[in-house]
Amino acid sequence: MSVTGANRVSATVVIERAAFPQLLDALKTARYKLLGPKLVNGAIVYEELAGAGELPAGWAEDQMPGVYKLKRRIDEALFGYTVGPHSWKKFLHPAVAVLWQATKNAKGFDLAAPPIRAQKLALLGVRPCDLHAISILDTVLGRGPYKDPVWAALRKGVFVLAVNCVEPGGTCFCASMNTGPRASFGFDIALTEVVEAERHFFVATAGTERGSAMLEKTPHRPARPDELDRADQLLANAASKMGRKLDTTGLKELLYRNHEHPRWDNVAGRCLSCASCTMVCPTCFCTTVEDTTDVTGRHAARVRKWDSCFTLAFSFIHGGPIRASVRARYRHWLTHKFATWLDQFGTFGCVGCGRCITWCPAGIDVTEEIGAIRHTESAKSRKEAS
Amino acid sequence: MPIRDVINRAEAEPVLPDPMLVQPWRVRRLVRETADTFTLELQPQASSGQMRFKPGQFNMLYVFGVGEIPISISGDPAQPRMLLHTTREVGAVTRAMRQLRPGAVVGVRGPFGTAWPIEECEGADVVIVAGGIGLAPLRPALYQILARRDLYGRVVLLYGARTPADILYRRELERWRARFDLEVYATVDRAMSGWRGNVGVVTALIPRAPFDPSSAVALVCGPEVMMRFAVQELLKRGVQPGAIYISMERNMKCGIGLCGHCQLGPAFVCKDGPVMRYDKLADWLQKWEA
Repeated sequence: MSVTGANRVSATVVIERAAFPQLLDALKTARYKLLGPKLVNGAIVYEELAGAGELPAGWAEDQMPGVYKLKRRIDEALFGYTVGPHSWKKFLHPAVAVLWQATKNAKGFDLAAPPIRAQKLALLGVRPCDLHAISILDTVLGRGPYKDPVWAALRKGVFVLAVNCVEPGGTCFCASMNTGPRASFGFDIALTEVVEAERHFFVATAGTERGSAMLEKTPHRPARPDELDRADQLLANAASKMGRKLDTTGLKELLYRNHEHPRWDNVAGRCLSCASCTMVCPTCFCTTVEDTTDVTGRHAARVRKWDSCFTLAFSFIHGGPIRASVRARYRHWLTHKFATWLDQFGTFGCVGCGRCITWCPAGIDVTEEIGAIRHTESAKSRKEAS
Repeated sequence: MPIRDVINRAEAEPVLPDPMLVQPWRVRRLVRETADTFTLELQPQASSGQMRFKPGQFNMLYVFGVGEIPISISGDPAQPRMLLHTTREVGAVTRAMRQLRPGAVVGVRGPFGTAWPIEECEGADVVIVAGGIGLAPLRPALYQILARRDLYGRVVLLYGARTPADILYRRELERWRARFDLEVYATVDRAMSGWRGNVGVVTALIPRAPFDPSSAVALVCGPEVMMRFAVQELLKRGVQPGAIYISMERNMKCGIGLCGHCQLGPAFVCKDGPVMRYDKLADWLQKWEA
């Protein structure tokens, strides 16, 4: 089995730690804007990077329901963390986007969409779960009949440097969602970082010709069998170290059957409907629009903003909101991710990144909520059988 | 599959303009229908402008600087250079719309959504059940049916309003009632002096309406609770669940399936609806706050 799976086009190579910055330099020389992990305000977030020097070397986090704490690693791994509060959607599906601006004239109004920033983006350190998230949004926003022009423009030509996960976090469950810990598609280059007592290197594979060209510009050599084995072994171990587990067998049907279940009341008692989970989720795509004018009333604009199904306004029609209770809003969100999404787009809307669990101020854990519903159902059927 | 096939299909796919950009339409006039409803008559600003739409589809209408809302099209599909939208004054946008004067320009995006199954109605009896302003999205269907009246069996319109003063398109309803090829029954929840028609909910008209349930197609639009009861009565009469169509309403920001607001179970009401076949939606209509 190859380190990166399906879309590998080049041989697997090794890049030594010392040579790694040159890969990012090559991307920069090719006029990519580097976007990657960076330590900011006590969290690892995705921002523009000047170079490899800004990567969060030697940092990891403790992640638990409602808990995110940075900690020093014993080594200087560049990608030794899992995922932080940001996801790549902030670059490809921006939180705020001006859809058009209009100016009044004698005949009515003139209207035009502002041009969308054209600089090519390189996403550095994309986790396999997030590769799936990007691919899911490709389906949701990019596969018509109507396509989101903002997504299409920003997504075009994006360079993806994926990094396989060798140390999953406390709220990760990509192995359950079949999205990780190994990148299998959707990357230009995929890396596995190996840090040993004496050595620090990356096992790298290109997934595209473009990726191959970038590898060519970085000092590398063919990988030796023992290095490949080492990377494979790390990834095999990772799959068994997931902080969370979710049984997805018949999950859609389970949730469709349990639209009425006491657990929804239970979770509604803890959920603050703060929308945090939807903001950190890499696949939550819902937006609202705001129509504004300036003080003269002559200039208007429509601004699209991230929205959340946890707000009352989200489902409001005259007469009142459709989902008035927190119970209904939580149920809608969870049912969308794990059931209706399948009917809509053919995949789950969850990639198992664990962000919603970590960043929930009440520490609500989707895997636990679903587990509770499954448990009562199986307990009931056991009772009926006996 | 040969690669060529795929390429051809991609080329054949029409390139849609940015679906979020509005087109300018001019207000021709604003007709007051009842105390709280009005019809906006629009004509294209450009001399070549027009909009081909199907009965049941809706547009997103933008009032400059105020906001944008979905409103069903209530005019005649045979007249693509005239857009009619009947709405109730309930929020900021409809209030601003009510203040528009002839000549004012509004932004229009559309037409969006699914249509009433007019072709499927051919050869069948057609039962149209409308409650209140729910008549507005059904009017284009009636226009289309009446334009080729010979293609259909019996056509019945059952209409319910709150009071006689709330009856929408009153003159038109009276004209329709005078026709020999269309049965019109109206009812009001609360009568006033001078009303000599039915009193009661529109669903009460279904059991005795003259149509053949085994072959009938039903088109239903009104408040959600009215549609639930209307469907029950239609099923009781023996209309097939797959022959009942309802038009749903949900919050919409984009109209094109991208903003997520209009979800009802797996359906995006803006693109899988607003007109949906009852049997495909039945499970979700039973679920409260879905």
